Amino acid sequence: MTAPAPGPTPLSRAPGIAFIFKKALISALVALVLFSLMIGIRTEAGPTGQLIYWTRFGDLAAMVATVFGGSIAVELLRQWWGPVGTVRIVPPAVQSTLAVARRAIAPVLLIFTFLVPVIFYDQRYILDLGILVLTYVMLGWGLNVVVGLAGLLDLGYVAFYAVGAYSYALLATNFGLSFWVCLPLAGILAALWGVMLGFPVLRLRGDYLAIVTLAFGEIIRLVIINWQSLTGGPNGVSGIPRPTLFGIPLTPGDDGLAARLGIEFSPTHRIVFLFYLILALALLTNWVTIRLRRLPIGRAWEALREDEVACRALGINITTTKLTAFATGAMFGGFAGAFFATRQGFISPESFTFQESALVLAIVVLGGMGSQLGVALAALTMIGGFELFRGLDQYRMLVFGVAMVVLMIWRPRGLIGHRAPTVFLRHSHAISSDLVKEGHG
Amino acid sequence: MSGDSILSVDRLSMRFGGIIAVNDLTFSAERCKITALIGPNGAGKTTVFNCITGFYKPTSGTMRLAHDAGAQIQLERLNDFRISKLAKVARTFQNIRLFPGMTALENLMVAQHNALMRASGLTFLGLIGAPSWRSAEKRAIDLARLWLDRIGLIDRADDAAGNLPYGDQRRLEIARAMCTEPALLCLDEPAAGLNARESAGLSELLLSIRADHGASILLIEHDMSVVMEISDHVVVMDYGVKIAEGTPQDIRDDPKVIAAYLGADEEEAIAVMESGT
Amino acid sequence: MDYFAQQLINGIVLGSIYGLIAIGYTMVYGIVGMINFAHGDIFMIGGFIALISFLILVSIGLTMVPVILLIVLLVSMAITALYGWTVERIAYRPLRHSFRLAPMLSAIGMSFVLSNYSQIAQGARVKPVPPIITGGYTLYEADGFVVRLSNVQIIVVVTTIVLLAIFTWLVARTRLGRDMRACEQDQTMAALLGVDVDRTISMTFVIGAALAAVAGMMYLLYYGLVDFFMGFVAGIKAFTAAVLGGIGSLPGAMLGGLAIGLIETMWSAYFSVEYKDVAAFSILIIVLIFMPTGLLGRPEVEKV
Repeated sequence: MTAPAPGPTPLSRAPGIAFIFKKALISALVALVLFSLMIGIRTEAGPTGQLIYWTRFGDLAAMVATVFGGSIAVELLRQWWGPVGTVRIVPPAVQSTLAVARRAIAPVLLIFTFLVPVIFYDQRYILDLGILVLTYVMLGWGLNVVVGLAGLLDLGYVAFYAVGAYSYALLATNFGLSFWVCLPLAGILAALWGVMLGFPVLRLRGDYLAIVTLAFGEIIRLVIINWQSLTGGPNGVSGIPRPTLFGIPLTPGDDGLAARLGIEFSPTHRIVFLFYLILALALLTNWVTIRLRRLPIGRAWEALREDEVACRALGINITTTKLTAFATGAMFGGFAGAFFATRQGFISPESFTFQESALVLAIVVLGGMGSQLGVALAALTMIGGFELFRGLDQYRMLVFGVAMVVLMIWRPRGLIGHRAPTVFLRHSHAISSDLVKEGHG
Repeated sequence: MSGDSILSVDRLSMRFGGIIAVNDLTFSAERCKITALIGPNGAGKTTVFNCITGFYKPTSGTMRLAHDAGAQIQLERLNDFRISKLAKVARTFQNIRLFPGMTALENLMVAQHNALMRASGLTFLGLIGAPSWRSAEKRAIDLARLWLDRIGLIDRADDAAGNLPYGDQRRLEIARAMCTEPALLCLDEPAAGLNARESAGLSELLLSIRADHGASILLIEHDMSVVMEISDHVVVMDYGVKIAEGTPQDIRDDPKVIAAYLGADEEEAIAVMESGT
Repeated sequence: MDYFAQQLINGIVLGSIYGLIAIGYTMVYGIVGMINFAHGDIFMIGGFIALISFLILVSIGLTMVPVILLIVLLVSMAITALYGWTVERIAYRPLRHSFRLAPMLSAIGMSFVLSNYSQIAQGARVKPVPPIITGGYTLYEADGFVVRLSNVQIIVVVTTIVLLAIFTWLVARTRLGRDMRACEQDQTMAALLGVDVDRTISMTFVIGAALAAVAGMMYLLYYGLVDFFMGFVAGIKAFTAAVLGGIGSLPGAMLGGLAIGLIETMWSAYFSVEYKDVAAFSILIIVLIFMPTGLLGRPEVEKV
């Protein structure tokens, strides 16, 4: 443990001010040029179809001033925080408390999640938010198998989500099959699509793999939009039946669950049911992933990420390993999609854009690849944070983008900075993320 | 037993565009013996390895592997992972290729992938926790433990492979290759970067592998002390062709070999030898 | 035949625009090994800057079209280049030695920032412009179908050729080009030999952004509109083009661009407009199955 870096001396602070000022000035000048036309001038299609414009020099001045001030603030913050790699000595008492806290997070979070519908029974908004968060947690855990464990860069995960959603929607509206029958079907169809995606990309590395998976995602979306006779095109599919508790519908009628249980019907019942449903699906994803990690296939996925050449030398069939990773991840995406369809009652291609794939990927990377808890926490923060900006739609995506950039600079390896081994002789030592490879696709 | 080749390489050639890396190479490795492939840098030794272990497809020539049970396998027809899985040929790499983010134990478990996959019933038995799976897993851990003990890393079994010191990493890679229970073990410069003491330990390990496990070893090596000490048979390459073959003693005194290593020609080498001794 | 000829012309023009954008992708990938997801949005910003510059120049009374075009070209190249420089400085340079996924996600984030910035700053609606360059040449007529080569199309193709020539000369002959090629091969060694790696990489982004700005301006001239979302679609297609041609290869980027432009035009002319993008992406996938490093890409031999 090295001694912490000495604080800034009064002497070294003085030239700092000039430096900060100069930096801020340059930033402001750059901002001025960048914003001059885009913010200073506002164009719009006029009433007669031609282009009109007006000036907004006030806004321009305000933005430049913000950049100036912001630059100063960032520099001061940087100086206060100390150079990168400064060791901060944590007192042992705090360290041990942190260690206990760290181990407690997962069980506490789980118990809390189970109790959310109980605690927030009357707050529909919180329950809906919880369902949304859990959906993304499940998507994150599903993509985690592909990207986090196997190291295969998939930028088109939303395709499996869409396949699952549309499978259930079309099967239910056309053939009247129940949710519980369609759920495994949706998973199987999504897994099949995952295998079909996997075959062409077997030999592709890293960024080529990324762009092809992205292309697949876009192809699915475009096909859905354009194959109107099958999917209803941009209008989507509506009237998707809600799920039943193994055949017992959650309706106010006499055959409804409420009537059977002898309690008063409330629309909240369905929300609570949906909440526990997605929770169950997510926990299933989690349980399967944890178990698979300990089985040869899961270990092969991680070995594939670490070093593909060595895997081949050990007799591991890379092709089937990659395909099973894609198929498994896709299957969970399909389950999540089916859930999404039944929760909304209506789906359209707008829900399955590249932004969704990017969001899920961001959740996986931010979570710290391969870490189940990390992915859950990341989903919670990102979706929760997203919701905070609900009122300001345009600014929401802007802030999301900024958040992604900032988070990557601050924590490129994600929140959870280590990997837990799947088998050990004596004790399980967490392996630091620095050693864990990212995978070459 | 003697004269029984496990690996027969016949007229192997490998071209990369205009470059002939290996030219009409013929040699064989005997069962339960240690065969060394030596030669100056760029002689084509690793290329030969890559052909044998399925990373390159040879331009021409055959490589026949003869298993104990009598099965003959043409290696040039297999590729990729099948060489390890079906032909039971294992290898290590010049630049160590461990799985750095996994523990030493996990590395050895990955090596037993195929056996464990079968035992887990293609994962399904494993998912439900069937007893047959559990005992297979236990056996695999025992085998890993055995090897960790052999190479002296039992105390570091739960440490990340990337954190191990260099010499330990080399030995771990060999142990990992042995966990696939191969018939032929191919080692690419196993002594590279090891000091004298570590090299001696390596020699001891390889000799014990030959003696106790019935594996045949083919190795590429530059460290002559290791080669001289443990090899039963040496094949010398230069510029893609075989220039000499024989026991370590024969090779040591062969002027062609000396010339190749010194970069001089044969006459000069003979002159140096005669004047020296 | 004449219908085909017209589509051929249209495809080449569209392909030139894609090619200009694709060059930016391929250069950046070659030197820092990352996909600059924000590059498509830089193209979009270039289009907007061109639009606004046009408006200002016209409203202050300039009427000479060539002068206007030249000024707009220079202004949009300069400002967009600054955008490219800023994006690299803020979002990519801190992550240069990080793992591969971090810069990619940062780039995706930057892409969202740019497109939403544009949406907020200029409104979400499409911005149309009256045709600035009109007229053209009738190449020939047959069966009542006229094959035309418009002036805009000529300008687009000529500009592309000129820029491509300048740029190829730049990479092959100048000091900067040599530094770029050195950094592509081995950054550490280049730095040890006195190459200012930071500056070289910045210049790569700057040049890529300038070319994208030209593409944006050409797009504006050709299609007569810009909107905040055009960067995403064009970006994917241009990146597809870069990968198709073999990423890291300059002529490959142009070739890929032309290929994608032609495929898109031909498909929408002869089959269906709706699935033209699907056609382009499918071609990408098919090509990569058989040629994993693209048409002109350097085959990667993995050192074992």
